[in-house]
Amino acid sequence: MTQPPILTVRNLTTVFPDENGGLHALRDVSFDVHPREFICVLGPSGSGKTTLLRVMAGLLQPTSGQVTFARKQHPRIGMVFQQATLMPWRTVLQNITLPLEIRGDGTHSAHRKAREMIELVGLQGFEHSLPRDLSGGMAQRVAIARALIHDPDLLLLDEPFGSLDALTRERMWTELSRIWQARQKTVIMVTHSISESLFLADRVLVLTQRPGTIKMDMRVDLPRPREEAIRFTAHFGKLARKLRDAIE
Amino acid sequence: MIKRFLPVLLSLPAFLLGWHLLTRYSGIPNFILPSPLSVWTRFLRAVGDGSLQYHTWITLTEILLGLLAGVTFATVVGYLLAKSRSLEKALSPYLVASQAIPVIAIAPLLVIWLGDGILSKVVICALIVFFPVLVNTVVGVRAVPTALYDLMHSLHATRAQILWKVEVPASLPVFLGGLRIGATLSVIGAIVGELVDAEEGLGFLLQVGDFQYDTPMVFVAVFTLIALALALYGIVRFLENKFLKWQERSNV
Ligand SMILES: Nc1ncnc2c1ncn2[C@@H]1O[C@H](COP(=O)(O)OP(=O)(O)O)[C@@H](O)[C@H]1O
Ligand SMILES: [Mg+2]
Repeated sequence: MTQPPILTVRNLTTVFPDENGGLHALRDVSFDVHPREFICVLGPSGSGKTTLLRVMAGLLQPTSGQVTFARKQHPRIGMVFQQATLMPWRTVLQNITLPLEIRGDGTHSAHRKAREMIELVGLQGFEHSLPRDLSGGMAQRVAIARALIHDPDLLLLDEPFGSLDALTRERMWTELSRIWQARQKTVIMVTHSISESLFLADRVLVLTQRPGTIKMDMRVDLPRPREEAIRFTAHFGKLARKLRDAIE
Repeated sequence: MIKRFLPVLLSLPAFLLGWHLLTRYSGIPNFILPSPLSVWTRFLRAVGDGSLQYHTWITLTEILLGLLAGVTFATVVGYLLAKSRSLEKALSPYLVASQAIPVIAIAPLLVIWLGDGILSKVVICALIVFFPVLVNTVVGVRAVPTALYDLMHSLHATRAQILWKVEVPASLPVFLGGLRIGATLSVIGAIVGELVDAEEGLGFLLQVGDFQYDTPMVFVAVFTLIALALALYGIVRFLENKFLKWQERSNV
């Protein structure tokens, strides 16, 4: 990457207080993020992936180290959590407009943008449905639309497809790829699926078992757009093997 | 709608008929168990001279003011308790202890302190409403999913936005459950106060009826109280139906 990083993570360490001297979730994590990069963070569960995202989103103060944004102090962040985290009393449309409402946008333009987003994630006809009437995949797409609507500088995704069945998940990969390319976002996505990370990412960071440290920072040099069939190529298999070895 | 009320529409005439037959053939004197007809006549008379409306209005005022004061105070204190563990630790022993004192026991004291007018009844009413609303406010606010706070913080929402867009709607179901209990209790509160000492109100009417062996009047007052309690309960149910449509229809 020739462009300067838009985000640098330096010597991040996070310790949660517990009975025996503190639980080290992350230890000395450093990496750079470049504009429009798609980074996947891979690691066994409990390796501090969620903690890393929460620190980057400003939801958690690190014990030491810092996250620095190049342009401004408070970047706009779009976040998708492990669960869809919708407000059950709001319709799909109202859930999606939330970030604009918080920013103080007018209802009219908010609704117009929300309809664009609904089209982008393919939920036309469900504008006025309540979350209780949505399937897991639909709810997660609402969460993605909500994360994108205020045109964030940085998209943070925490195992967004973890709760979906295999078929839906693979459809979501294609959709996310498409959205990422159309919207030119910088994305950091946590996952524990090797093929998911290879299908989507420019770069994969592998975290070790607790305390999470970066064990591997691998560039994914597969051509784009990536089709289903890419998973059966020799190069894909080689990268997958490298990642699997790093995780174990 | 019709289906829902059909059982009541059928059971009510049966109840009245049974009551009528009981007073007619059991030989129980009218001043102990008045017949439904004499209660009805007494009701018409009390409405005719305006006394029932007057006393109902007094009691209703006490109830509504007591509810307003009790619910407002309980909601504010409950929210603060829910948000602050240290405040909860400091206050909850007093709150729990206060519940060991039956309001009925301190009602005479409150009447001595605050006079036999409307104020003492409003305060008794507010006290009795306070606790269930407080508890449900605390439980409701505590139950707000932490993930929604994370969401709001990731969007740099202000405290007020978190309050109105997350905490209020998320805790509303549990809060309204508390209000439903409180609304029913508020009627009891007002009557307890009036029975201690009062110059007006349905409790006063009840006592006068009692002293004068005007048992039909006592029945009229009791039925009016039931109607008030049902109306308040109905209003809360209405609010629940209006604001909690998003919930599954499984709430009791
Ligand atoms: N708020 C917290 N308080 C205490 N321990 C936590 C907290 N959040 C996470 N942890 C612990 O930190 C470790 C890493 O958690 P997490 O970041 O959720 O891992 P991952 O997302 O990779 O599964 C786990 O052992 C977890 O129990
Ligand atoms: Mg996690």
